[in-house]
Parts: sequence; structure tokens; C-alpha cells
Amino acid sequence: MPEFKHATLSSGLRIVAETDSRSYSMSLGYFVRAGARNELDPQSGLSHFLEHMMFKGTARRSAEDVNRELDELGGQSNAYTSEEQTVYYATVLPKFQDRIVDLLTDMMSPELDESEFETERKVILEEIAKYEDQPPFGGFERAMEIHFSPRGLGRRVLGTSESIEAMTAARMKDYFRSRYRPENIVLAATGNVDFDSLVAEIEQRTAHWSDRCASESLSPDDLDRLPEGIEMNPRVAIPDAAQAYLIRIAEGPTSGSKQRYAARLLASVLGDEGGSRLFWELIDTGRAEVATCWPQEFSDQGAWFTYLVCAPDDMQSNRRFVDQIIQQIVDDGVKPDELSQAINKTTAGYIMQSERPSNRLFSVGSRFLMHNDYVDLDQSLANIRAVDQAAIAEIAQRYLGTDATEVLATAE
Amino acid sequence: MPIPATSVAGDITTHTMSNGMTVLVQPMPWLRTAAFTLSLRGGIEYESSPAAGLASMVCEMVQRGAGHYSSRDLVAVQDNLGMDRNSGVSTATVSFGSAMPTESFSEALKLYSDIVRRPHLPADQFDDARMMMIQELRAIEDEPTQRVMRRVRELQYGSRLGRGNQGTCESLSALTSQDVQDFYQANYHAGGSILTVAGCVDPAAVVEQIEAVFGDWKSNPVPAAPTPDGHPAYEHLEADSSQTHIAFAFPSIQYGHPDYFRMRAGVGILSDGMSSRLFDRVREKRGLCYTVSASCHSLVNAGGIFGYAGTTPARAQETLDVTLGEIKNLPVDLEQSELDRWKVRIESGLIMEQESSASRASSLASDFLQIGRALTTEELSEIIQSLTLDDVKDYWETHPPADYRIVTLGPEKLSV
Repeated sequence: MPEFKHATLSSGLRIVAETDSRSYSMSLGYFVRAGARNELDPQSGLSHFLEHMMFKGTARRSAEDVNRELDELGGQSNAYTSEEQTVYYATVLPKFQDRIVDLLTDMMSPELDESEFETERKVILEEIAKYEDQPPFGGFERAMEIHFSPRGLGRRVLGTSESIEAMTAARMKDYFRSRYRPENIVLAATGNVDFDSLVAEIEQRTAHWSDRCASESLSPDDLDRLPEGIEMNPRVAIPDAAQAYLIRIAEGPTSGSKQRYAARLLASVLGDEGGSRLFWELIDTGRAEVATCWPQEFSDQGAWFTYLVCAPDDMQSNRRFVDQIIQQIVDDGVKPDELSQAINKTTAGYIMQSERPSNRLFSVGSRFLMHNDYVDLDQSLANIRAVDQAAIAEIAQRYLGTDATEVLATAE
Repeated sequence: MPIPATSVAGDITTHTMSNGMTVLVQPMPWLRTAAFTLSLRGGIEYESSPAAGLASMVCEMVQRGAGHYSSRDLVAVQDNLGMDRNSGVSTATVSFGSAMPTESFSEALKLYSDIVRRPHLPADQFDDARMMMIQELRAIEDEPTQRVMRRVRELQYGSRLGRGNQGTCESLSALTSQDVQDFYQANYHAGGSILTVAGCVDPAAVVEQIEAVFGDWKSNPVPAAPTPDGHPAYEHLEADSSQTHIAFAFPSIQYGHPDYFRMRAGVGILSDGMSSRLFDRVREKRGLCYTVSASCHSLVNAGGIFGYAGTTPARAQETLDVTLGEIKNLPVDLEQSELDRWKVRIESGLIMEQESSASRASSLASDFLQIGRALTTEELSEIIQSLTLDDVKDYWETHPPADYRIVTLGPEKLSV
């Protein structure tokens, strides 16, 4: 059976592991409290830009060395940035544990070289352009900006072209020193991991991380002015779009809330991509391309998303359908057989997901980073199975009945 | 008619049924799950020329009620069994796959025999299914990457083998419920079909269960695949987009060809991983794009190498030139370390595949479709390990990329 282990180093850096000696692989990830919500206006997009720059060389390794060595270890490695965290991870064969620990840990002390910074700026600008061409064409970002304000949780993870053009390597270095301190970092490992050797190794390699501190002090954002490149219009005009895209955000449970399991089941009954109420009325009938909903949990706030994609001419009638279906669930709750179907589907999904250590890494690491908490698979399954109709009804009334931010991206 | 026969190679049991269905079972007793992939010869290549989209339509319709179950009952039963399922149509086959907690396996198997053998094909749901497919077409309209990749595939393999599974608005509008019935009757049968199972199962018991639910299924002859008839071309799709989207392809060999892995290793060196040539030299060194990649694709009787790059219009020409230049120059300065890295990557992938019954079941099915037998992990591993740098270099020197098909989407045409 998987075993939970954890240690806090004298620097404050936390190490957590869910070890299982039967696994064919091991996964390792640094989880850092550095996300879009930690940025000020002049830092917009910096967490994500920095994530790219962490692959660009250290005192001991060139950028080429980093990429080459990651590939030499043969596994899957990558990184991502969200509103609340930046994560660097790799999945490798257990025989490579020492080498991947050395490499990922070294990467966490980047050079942030000026000329690499200039080249990577172009890549980030291309990434922004890439998403501008993809549905729903910035609609989610716009909805987050209006719902949460363009700062905090509503700040764009990629930043804007304007903020990236204006960024300097010096500002990045400063941001790095203020966020990548040991108390903001969790190292998580899952699968066939030697935990004791991991702790000893990290203790020795990361002692100097406590020396990091910021020198630049930026003034607080002027809340009366919009950050550059940001618009607050709930209509996003996309001249050539074939479809219309409707995004709604309302309040939802936080990642610390006990209600999160009931919310996930409610989303399954209401908006799952196969067999939910929205599916049967809108997708199975070909009325819409997408009609779904999901809760998105942040550490201290939550959001409930509803997403509808269809032909522009059908938007009005489909929106009425969606509203009726939601109102019905607010008024009458869910039926016992719907609930048990959602529970069976969800628990089987959890069990299957957990077979790969790489899948477990993200829930173990993020949870510990944000809440200092660990929930094993059996506990998660028990929490799901404990949800009853009353709990769902409470969630539906609390979160589906409230006012939502609405953004429409369309050609018209 | 084949004579039923069972053989075992490594840990894989191969069972040939008298109606032509091949069953492959790989036990993975350390897992809590089981998975299967069922592939029938009902793919795009069996559609008549005007009936583009019919194979996908039939794949959708068979799941709208079967056996004793209505469309909604089917979904409820599958959810309650905890089945994570998928279905889809490729050029040669229509496939139904599912992974589940192992205790659900027997029931799931019976359910899928209902779906492929006893579907209701309800005429009153035909229009809904058609609308669903039109939604998919509309979705592609808004996805520039998919648009260029879809078009370059048509140019690569020709209108018959290269066409996508979604059809067109015109072809979908012309389809009838009778077309669905006819395609189903002609193409859903045991002949040439493959059913692979991996996970926490007992092979003998699985073979027995499969014989019980599929043993008396009819068998039709399987027509030979059409030959590819693509031609070199450059097409530009005018669009007011932020990036220029570049798709390219050139003819190559398919999985199952004796030289396949010599070619595949070269593509790996070009595009697998962060130290691969395209990622390093187009993105990391020059900052020309966020996405650039190349990969190989196999049909039963043809193969192609496909690639994509997305970049802002001012840098599109340079991106295309540098990318194609790197592919052309591949054999010039190949290094042993590049091949070694690729080998470790493939080896690691093979070992980690032991963690997923779904991934194993799907690999068994595609191996069998392409090479006509089960391939054990050990055998594949030996092939990979025995490749030398000269193998790769010789292949790419004697088969340089040629006859490019290129499609761009953006504000301006490029010169090719």
C-alpha cells in the first residue's frame, strides 16, 4: 500500500511523499507559491515567464545541459504556472532518482541570463499569440478579470503582450528572490521513491535558499487604473469565429472546503461530458458543441464555471435551456440514482487515475503546498461516497442560485 | 475460415477465433484495473466517396441504444460499472475502448457485444447525431491548428485515404438513416477484427468469455485498403489570425515496414524531448515559436511524416525555412548521444506502460493492426537497442525528405 511520509527542513522547506515500492516509476515535483495572484501590475506574467527561464541554465549547467539531461533521464518532465503556484516536475525510472533530484534541485537556482531572457521573451509573446487564435479567444481570461478584478486571482497567467514587452531580467531576479524562498516551496514525490535519501540530499543542497531576499520594493497597484492591455468589456469580438462562446463564473467552494466533494458530484450530474443533464439536452441532441460546468477551487476562494459553445444563432435559445436545467436542480436537487451513478463514476475515475504515480503527484503536492494537508486515495473515496442528496441540494442552492459574471465571445 | 488457435508469446496470449476475430490478452496482475480495445474494419476507407463522415456517424449511432438498453440506460450502466470509455474512427478501423475496475470487466464485455452486434440504430435519433457531427465541424472551423493539419493530411494521402473522419456539411446533409443501416450491415462483423485485453485478468477465462459473446458473430470479407494518391502541393488559407499556422508533410514508411525504426529514431531525434533538434534550434536558440514538432503517422499501407509550427506572421518565413532546413540536414551531424537519449526515452515509456492497462490494450491493438501479430515489450526493446547511428544515418541519407505538402493559415502566403 502507498505510504505517506513528510519532513520539514530547518529552512522551512517541506518534503512530502506518497511512496509505493511496487511502482515502475517515480515522480518528483517542486511546488512553489508563485502564481499570477502574487504579482503586481509591473510583474504581470512574471511567474510564468520565470517558469520558462528556470530551464535556461544554472551555475553548473547551461540551458542546453538542462534540456539534454532531462532527456537523458528518459521520462516526462515539464512545468506549469497557475494563479496560485508554479510546478516543476518529472517522472522517471526509479534508478534515476539521484540524478533527477540533482537536476531539478539545481534548476531551482537559475542563472536568469540576460541574453537567454531576450530570446525567451519572444517565445512568451508567441505563446500569447497562440492562445489568441484558440477558442474561446481569451474568453476565460476576460471572465476571470471581470469576476475577480484584473488583479489577484483575475490576473492573466501569461501576462499581456504589453507587460511582457516591458519586462526586465532585473525585475525577474528580484521576483525570484522574493518568491522562491524555502517557506514557499514543497518538494513532493510519489511512486517508487527512497524517501530517507531524498530528505538527506535536499537538506544539504537547499540550505542556501534561505538567503534569498528581494531588494526592489514596488508600490502597490493603482486600483483606479486598469493594467496595460486589459479590457473589461464582457463582449469579446472575434470577427471570423464560426461559434459563439459563453462563459459564466459564479462563486464556488475553496480547495479547503469540505463541500468540494459534493460540488464535484453536482458538476458530474449537471455538466459531465457524457450522461449529465446538460449533455442529454444540449450535446446528445446536437444543439451545442459544448455545454458543461465545473468547480475550480483556489486556496481561499472558489469559482463555479459554466461553459456553452454553439452556433451564434442558437445562443439565446440554448442559454434558456441551460438556465432551466440549472433552475430545476436548484429547486429539486438530484435523484438518488443520478447521485449513485455520479459516485460510481467518480470513484472509479479516482482509482484508475491513482495507478500512475505521475497522476498522484499533483494532488499530493498542491494540497500540501496550500493546506499542509494530505488526503490518501481511500479517504478521498470515502469522502465522495459520503455525499448525500441533502449535501448536493445545499451546494446547488448556495452556488448555482447566485449572480454570475458572464462573458460572450462571438463574431457579432 | 481460420481454425481456432491459441498461442502464447512472452506474457501475451493470442487466440484466433473461427470467425476471424483475433483476441490478444496480456495479464497485468499488479493492477486493480482491466481495459480492452475492440477494433472493427469499419473505418473511413470503407465509406463511399460521397458519404464522407458515415463511419463516424455509425460509430455514434451504435451507441444510441443496444440490446436491452436505451441510449440513456447504456450510459447509466457504463457509469455504474466505472468504465472510462472512448470510441473513434480512423482510416482503417472503428474502435471502442474502455478501462475499468477489474471486477466490472465481464459485464463490460457483454455490453460492448450488444453495442456492436445488437445496436438499435434508432431512426428518430439520426438527425440529432447528424447535428452533433455538424457541431464538430463548426468547432474545427475555429481551430486553425486542426484546420491546417486536416488539410495537409488530405494532401499527403489523397482524397480517399487522407480525408478526415468528420465529413463535410454537404456530405453529412446528404446521409440518410438507411446509409447508416447499410454501412453497419456491411462493416460491423468479426472478419479482420481485433479485441485486445490488458490488466488484472486471467487469459484463459477472458478467451472463454469472448468466445461466448463473440464466437457466433458473422464474418464478412475485408476489402484491401485503397492506395494513397496524394501529391506535393502548397496551399494557403487566408485568415486574420495572430499567428501563421504552418503544417507540412512528406511521404514516409508505415509501422511494420522493416526500416520503420531507423526512420522513427530520426524523427525522435528531430522532435522528441526538449533537447530535440526542432525544439532546441527553432524555439530555444532562435525564439521563433512556442510550438514546433514533427511526428510519424502510419496507415496500414502507407506512412507519412507530419509537422506543425505556429509563429507570428513576420517570422513565419524564417520559421518554415529553418524547420525544413533542420529536417533536411538531419543526417549531416548526427551524434551518438542523440540516439542514446531517444533510446532511454522509448525504454522508459515501455516500462511505464506497465502502469496502465488502457495504454497497453491500445498498443496491442495498433501493433496487431500494423504488423499482424502481438509484439512483446521485450521484443520491441531489443529492436530499439540494436539500432545503430549508421542505421539511422543511412536511412535518412538514402530517403531525404521530398515531395512536401505544405498548408499555411494566416494573413500572408509564404514562399515555398
